Amino acid sequence: MGRFLASRLLQAIPVILAVITVTFFLVRVAPGGPFDSEKAVIPEVKAALEAQYRLDQPLFSQYLAYLGDLAQGDFGPSFKYPGRSVNELIGAGLPVTAELGLYALLIATLIGGLAGVIASLRPNTPQDYVPMALAMIGICMPTFLLGPLLVLVFGIELEWLPVSGWGDIPGDKILPSITLGAAYAAYIARLSRAGMLEVLSQDYIRTARAKGLPEWQVVVKHGLRGGLLPVVAFLGPAFAGLLAGSFVVETIFQIPGLGRFYVQAAFNRDYTMILGTTVFLSTLIVLFNLLSDVLAASLNPRLRHQYQTGGMP
Amino acid sequence: MFFSRSSLYGLGVVLAMTLGLSACTGGESNVERGNRDQTFHYGNGSEPQGLDPHVVTGVPENHLLRALFEGLAVKNPYTLEPEPGVAQSWEFSEDRRQITFHINPEARWSNGDPVTADDYVWSWMRALHPDTGNLYSYMLFPLVNAEEFFTGKIDDFAEVGVKAPNPLTLVVTLKEPTPYFIQLMDHYSTFAVHRPTLEKHGKFTDRFTKWTRVENIVSNGPFVLEEWLLNRRITMKKNENYWNADFVRLNRVVFYPTENLVSEERGFRAGQLHYTQSIPLDKIPVYQAMEDSPYVQEPYLGSYFYLLNTQRPPLDDARVRRALSMSVDRDTLINTVLQKSAVPSYSITPPGTLGYHPPKTFSYDIEEARRLLAEAGYPNGEGWPGIEIIYNTLEAHRKIAVAIQQMWKDALNIEVTIANQEWKVYLDAVATMNFDVGRRGWIGDYVDPNNFLDLYLSDGGNNNTGYANPVYDDLILNKAPQAPNREERFKVFYEAERMLMEEMPIIPIYIYTSKHLIHPSVCGLPANLMDSLNLRYVWLDPERRSPSEPCT
Repeated sequence: MGRFLASRLLQAIPVILAVITVTFFLVRVAPGGPFDSEKAVIPEVKAALEAQYRLDQPLFSQYLAYLGDLAQGDFGPSFKYPGRSVNELIGAGLPVTAELGLYALLIATLIGGLAGVIASLRPNTPQDYVPMALAMIGICMPTFLLGPLLVLVFGIELEWLPVSGWGDIPGDKILPSITLGAAYAAYIARLSRAGMLEVLSQDYIRTARAKGLPEWQVVVKHGLRGGLLPVVAFLGPAFAGLLAGSFVVETIFQIPGLGRFYVQAAFNRDYTMILGTTVFLSTLIVLFNLLSDVLAASLNPRLRHQYQTGGMP
Repeated sequence: MFFSRSSLYGLGVVLAMTLGLSACTGGESNVERGNRDQTFHYGNGSEPQGLDPHVVTGVPENHLLRALFEGLAVKNPYTLEPEPGVAQSWEFSEDRRQITFHINPEARWSNGDPVTADDYVWSWMRALHPDTGNLYSYMLFPLVNAEEFFTGKIDDFAEVGVKAPNPLTLVVTLKEPTPYFIQLMDHYSTFAVHRPTLEKHGKFTDRFTKWTRVENIVSNGPFVLEEWLLNRRITMKKNENYWNADFVRLNRVVFYPTENLVSEERGFRAGQLHYTQSIPLDKIPVYQAMEDSPYVQEPYLGSYFYLLNTQRPPLDDARVRRALSMSVDRDTLINTVLQKSAVPSYSITPPGTLGYHPPKTFSYDIEEARRLLAEAGYPNGEGWPGIEIIYNTLEAHRKIAVAIQQMWKDALNIEVTIANQEWKVYLDAVATMNFDVGRRGWIGDYVDPNNFLDLYLSDGGNNNTGYANPVYDDLILNKAPQAPNREERFKVFYEAERMLMEEMPIIPIYIYTSKHLIHPSVCGLPANLMDSLNLRYVWLDPERRSPSEPCT
């Protein structure tokens, strides 16, 4: 296991370095710069600003300087928000986005897992069709539609829940979490149904039933463990995806998370912020993929054996 | 049994969650609570870049900075005329080139230090220092030698036209009479900052210091910073050290970064905001139809127009430019596409800027437009080489471009293509004049025709049309400043603008309006041409249920 972990971590370094390099040069190719605005900038002002951000140096030495700073964990100062470092901005947005992602994932796993299991117990009956049809709607319904719909019903019409904000008014975290979680719940429902169907047709389930175990024990004790494996494999990348992809939900509900910074940075040509968030999120994705591999191994003895003998999954 | 036991269990969980949802309901809204304790919940458009008045630019920043700081003079929100701020009075010299400001001896920084004339000398040195990189440094260029100091031609700030003979007197010397200079004292780029605080946190020209953080900032306005949660809210409370604190009735103001118009409008409906920065276009008819509507729309000191690249054929011919402008049916455009939320314009300067009314040199006239186009060599559009309109990606810009494209096709039988560009790409195209026709907006920084007309000086940085006319330059640069009074000065501007509109390097389309939803409890916040917010005047009247009722 240790060797597996070490080799995966080593593999991550060139991946992240490539991400940094490609992003660094790609944002510089884009037309326009961080200091362009609708009002013409006096050349002297522009020169002074560029000097403060090292933009007056040759591109390659800027790149090397950036790598140097990065090695010390410094993402540099933001262009758009003078007086704030990118570290600080990520630090402010990440806990919010992570919390939102976590709730969304919890909702997705609970509802999706439950729906999938329920559907798998009686395949091709209404008990299967109804949750699966709902799941299909969930997959097809984009968050930018679901969010405003939920707001309209629960926020404006019923006045049950706040329509925006995060942690300002009790209950304002519910709608965004559901909105973000819905699509993932739908995926998880389909994954867990497929996984459960496969497991429930296995010999050992038949044995369990033959022993006279009650059905719920068969499902919960013997079925779930194998049936939810595909879901576990999906959770790691899903969480990273939630972090990077929560932009739409954050915008609809005015949530001060990382996703908004991430997208705004590109529009603003906030070079350091684009780089910082991209590098940070890609590192997270690499780590979460690794984490879900480890988790899968702990649930699946065959994989565990493979890792222990040095084989690759 | 149709449902198994496990599915019943699942049903229980879902039920419990639903109950959990409904448990979080009810409670007092922001607006109700705010009305009770005089806390104003204000939709501010977006997260500010920062709070350093010599570093940041932008409308949301303007609202925040003018609450935290106060200039020598401030705009009265009802008349827009300057009234005492840090300076209790001022007087002009005979030749109107020297202004003496008398600082209010009661003016204090939020830590209790007195505000002095020296604070201004030092702060203006900072605002003009080339290393500060102040985008609005030109606001102080009317001062003698300010531009020279800024561009590095002189190093000694003592040569710049601002002196402090004693702590309560500030003497300003101008290059030439500048009637709007007093107005500029309410622009944040001319505000004083607290020297000891800045010097404590780094080099005075440094953009990256932490002096504006809640725990560090010292300011001199009606409010002080209490809380700054990034992308969430900025809370200010009343500044007890403010010289005019007795006049201030609000206890707190909470500014929200309401970037998403749709969410902002929903927040207003749900009682989370007293005031919205804007409103989605498609909601305007709904609110306009309401009785006692919270919707407030007023002309705004901003022009929306199309730039024409006068150096590229066929737009290098003034007749073509006039033909294009005459065949835009502005009334139809505004009534349909813009939901009556704008005012048609036939000149660049918005009408009514301190009594100035621009000339109207043309009207919607298809026949005349066709004649001009034929005269220029394109009868009924024959031989037309084709042009392209560029605009930055935004639904409203697209709709306008599509409508104008069709109007030109119908009226003149000419082919026009439209192309949207991402914001920075569009800025680059405009700055390098890589376009035929380009969308443009200009918002005035001060109420004076000069703010719009000096755009089209031959070497104006924001000209972007290639238009150059020495006679026009002379009118704006020499004749107008020399005019003995406002009336004569406006006559010069009128003549210049008439000339500009004959040459037509731009096609004026409409004058902006400010559009807000304002809760009836909000008092002392009149609509004005600059959409200028002066929080000193604002208070909340919980008893007021409709905008037609008087405030108490």
